[in-house]
Amino acid sequence: MGNVGSIENMLKQIGVEVKISSDKKEIENADKLIMPGVGSFDNGMSNLMNLDILPILHSKVILEKTPILGICLGMQLFTQKSEEGKLPGLGWIDAETNRFNFNEEKFNLKIPHMGWNTINIKQQNSIFHKQYDESRYYFVHSYYVRCANENNVLATTQYGIEFHSAIVNNNIIGTQFHPEKSHKYGKRVLQSFLEI
Amino acid sequence: MLMARIIPVLLLKGSGLVKTVKFKDPKYIGDPRNAVKIFNEKEVDELIVLDVNVSKENKPPQFNLIKEIISEAFMPVAYGGGIKSIDDAKELFGIGVEKIVINSYGIENPSFIKKVSDVFGSQSIVVSIDAKKNIFGKYQIYASANQHSCVYNPIDFAKIMEDMGAGEIFINSVDRDGGMTGYDLNLIKNISESVKIPVVACGGAGAIHDLEKAVKIGGAGAAAAGSMFVFHGKHRAVLISYPDQKVIKKMFI
Repeated sequence: MGNVGSIENMLKQIGVEVKISSDKKEIENADKLIMPGVGSFDNGMSNLMNLDILPILHSKVILEKTPILGICLGMQLFTQKSEEGKLPGLGWIDAETNRFNFNEEKFNLKIPHMGWNTINIKQQNSIFHKQYDESRYYFVHSYYVRCANENNVLATTQYGIEFHSAIVNNNIIGTQFHPEKSHKYGKRVLQSFLEI
Repeated sequence: MLMARIIPVLLLKGSGLVKTVKFKDPKYIGDPRNAVKIFNEKEVDELIVLDVNVSKENKPPQFNLIKEIISEAFMPVAYGGGIKSIDDAKELFGIGVEKIVINSYGIENPSFIKKVSDVFGSQSIVVSIDAKKNIFGKYQIYASANQHSCVYNPIDFAKIMEDMGAGEIFINSVDRDGGMTGYDLNLIKNISESVKIPVVACGGAGAIHDLEKAVKIGGAGAAAAGSMFVFHGKHRAVLISYPDQKVIKKMFI
């Protein structure tokens, strides 16, 4: 599912053992999980179903509370549903995925939201506690996540509207931006996740 | 706030990097691995790596070299040159390439753009248009792999490519290439007003205010340049540079 090469590159640079896998045993044995994803919502969900890894993901993430980081579409899959597709999401966080809608003249904004942007951290947490002052992150997405409860919002970003650019529910964390493409700023995010 | 992107463009020829003037006279400027390492340290917004030889020679992308080049590039890297199949694209994304750039092959096979965007999403595909003025001063698309101009005008072609699912349009002026006298702002403006997707301006940047103009006057979402980031001084000594983030911020906020 999507572009995993760059995540592998950065994790190798950080110096951890990384396996790109859809194998149940390997997922079972993992200390941390990362769910990347570029592509469409339904494509992502049907991949998870076809690979038959939903039960093992449920037992690792929901029952064992293994930390999992969803990146971009990976994070959107954690929500209940998306305007992009018909299939239900994983529903691990009470949130929905909506499409940017900038039809009004006043916006004059392109879709996708593509490029470097900043985040506003909304709560104390273990993912952004060591960030640099000048931190910036690489985004590329046409859909954004909206949490129902504020306590699931880790950070927000401004693009026409203020959307939820990082979300959390206990061991489940998601970032709309790509830490693996965000220089030392994103590297810190991945390092912090690995230290949980 | 979203910042306009500033993107160095590196031209790969064989195993080395070159820089051209008006798409001719490639001058060797160094080792690609080394250059990308330096650009990574300078925390560039994005990189575009174009192999200028493989399509001409009808060869596939140099996957191993590309892999080596970008294994320590922690920013989005777009690659173009010799991509002719979904498998080529898949292999490049697997290596860690963020976007693929399609030029000549998209002119001959517009439906390939649709195929790639259906499979990988339109954010993964950049269509590159090389525009060259004909003797009447009108822009036509230049197919660099075959070194001839096509009947399409760049604006019509950009629109077709957008309809096919391109995520970005990379517009390069052949006449301005390597000149460092500034972008063709009219060309950039005409393209960015005709499509809804982001436009990457290229060809002619020589100074920081050129980058600013491409965005503020041309309406580009990104300003790309070759010579400006690899040459220094009037004798064009090879020196890799990139504007400081503070300078970029001041320019766009």
